[in-house]
Amino acid sequence: MARFTPKVVTANALIEGDVVYLTADNRWTRRHDEAELIADEAQAQMRLAHAVAQGNIVVGAYLADAQTGQAGPEPTHFREVFRTRGPSNYFLGKQAELI
Amino acid sequence: MYSYSEFDEAFVRARVAQFTQQVARRIDGSLTEDEFRPLRLMNGLYLQLHAYMLRVAIPYGTLNPRQMRQLAHIAQTWDKGYGHFTTRQNIQFNWPKLPDVPRMLAALADVGMHAIQTSGNCVRNVTSDHFAAAAADEIEDPRPYAELLRQWSTDHPEFQFLPRKFKIAITGAPNDRAVTAAHDIGLRIVKNAAGETGFQVLVGGGLGRTPMVAMTVRDFLPVEDLLPYVEAVLSVYNTLGRRDNKYKARIKITLHETGKEAITEMIEARFAELRPLFGGNDQALLADIRAAFAPPAFRNAPVDAYDAFYKADPVFRAWADTNLAAHRNDQYAIVTISLKAHGQTPGDATADQMRVMADLAERYGHDELRVSHEQNVILPHVHKSDLPAVHAALMQAGLGTANVGLISDIIACPGMDYCALATARAIPVAQEIASRFNDLKLEHDVGPLKIKISGCINACGHHHVGHIGILGLDRAGVENYQITLGGDGTEDAVIGERAGPGFAYDEIVPAIERIVAAYLALREGPEETFLQAYRRVGLPPFKAALYPAEGTRDAA
Repeated sequence: MARFTPKVVTANALIEGDVVYLTADNRWTRRHDEAELIADEAQAQMRLAHAVAQGNIVVGAYLADAQTGQAGPEPTHFREVFRTRGPSNYFLGKQAELI
Repeated sequence: MYSYSEFDEAFVRARVAQFTQQVARRIDGSLTEDEFRPLRLMNGLYLQLHAYMLRVAIPYGTLNPRQMRQLAHIAQTWDKGYGHFTTRQNIQFNWPKLPDVPRMLAALADVGMHAIQTSGNCVRNVTSDHFAAAAADEIEDPRPYAELLRQWSTDHPEFQFLPRKFKIAITGAPNDRAVTAAHDIGLRIVKNAAGETGFQVLVGGGLGRTPMVAMTVRDFLPVEDLLPYVEAVLSVYNTLGRRDNKYKARIKITLHETGKEAITEMIEARFAELRPLFGGNDQALLADIRAAFAPPAFRNAPVDAYDAFYKADPVFRAWADTNLAAHRNDQYAIVTISLKAHGQTPGDATADQMRVMADLAERYGHDELRVSHEQNVILPHVHKSDLPAVHAALMQAGLGTANVGLISDIIACPGMDYCALATARAIPVAQEIASRFNDLKLEHDVGPLKIKISGCINACGHHHVGHIGILGLDRAGVENYQITLGGDGTEDAVIGERAGPGFAYDEIVPAIERIVAAYLALREGPEETFLQAYRRVGLPPFKAALYPAEGTRDAA
């Protein structure tokens, strides 16, 4: 079996559709670097179950690969990098809103 | 053009009212996402990468100025000030918030528009030739038939849960501008030996992960048999189509697995059952619809101003040479407004630009606008004497780019900048190719060349039928772009050939440049287009240009 790599729980906010991440203190944040980085597989599944149960706040929760960075967890895959900032053709979305 | 009947109006309003309640119940927690998802998709509301996305149908790509202005209003009021015109003649708003969507749908209903059947396994927006009723080469306006099909397929109880989505395209001209051969059903208006009008019926075309050119199942279908025949095709598909495997669920696979002969027999048998059930009401309705598509009162006036301007102004001349097409009335021209300014996002228009286009249609264009599958907007009926004024207004609004049909007139799907299904970005690749060839000042020398880019295998960007097709993939966590060559979306539809291993994001623009340089070096003269040259010489010289150091690169 493949070795488990660290994860964050991510989803979209029900009302706005924004990309959100689950924090260690059970908040939903817009900032990837505030997410809870989960190193243990069983813990990841539990945190995902916790997220899925919040279907009236977020939609489509899943586990995304991440790693420790300077300011907090950072995404490892380019898709997740795009989700932290918004589209590349306009300065819109998080890259404009989270400054 | 066609306006909503009382029935259409009541149906759309009722749907808005229902969806308003459904959204309220989702927000207050009475509906789960699993319950709500099919309801929102039925109303064109997707959840994408960064936000919700509302896909609005533009039936057969025809809009009036009031509708275009309302799209501008929606973009400005509930979105971020722009809209994206798609390869299915729809428009997508990329940033709606869930509680605002019912108001957006109500605003659409105010101008006879909606987002119904822009998602789901049903008959989607029926697409058509964007030059319909204007093109010099046309046999007949295809849009009355498209409208008949729209009315018949909207909320059709038998066809709301097909094995997979179903796309119909129709053209009235022998030069196919509607890519009919890449649709589940393609209809081409033809004349038989007796001079009667009918349809050549193609079935089973499609791009996506298994690209196929449609097969002809009827060479000549009389006009009055259209609905029962299309219903027979759908009925057979609804029965045979595979619901066990999403990737084998489109009719192209059904056709392939059943065999053309067997499926044609089944369609004909079903047609024989259905035909007597159509008692003529459909033809009465068609007659009413036809009346709504009566041509405008064309003006009879001198065109000297156009001729003088054409001679005097090189900027106008360059635009006229690329962006105008022949109209059936020789005092008129068809104007294609390029939504492909170099370096900008293909298919995007700001709210202000939408208003400019609406104003021009009202003032100079007999109140008509079209959206093309190539992501441009068309003024189908402009008197030639008005062209200098139209061009000047377009230039002021950043809409005067003279590049229609050239290398920078690129189709690109939203890709991973917006789409949740995408495996790589498409838009910035298009932006960079267009900017690069604009810097090189080469595109007018290169001549007609269609580049089409998809950000995943589903092929919304039609890459298989691009003269140069680009497919963005995720290769081991890195964006990688595969090139196909020699595709063609016209009446002689051909699926492009894969050139070889893919290229990294920063290698793709230079790779395209090498292909173009190879073409310029090997063409027999400026009159031999890229596609003609490709057909003459085939893949090898382009492959040699793409992979000069063959053997040093790992096969992707």
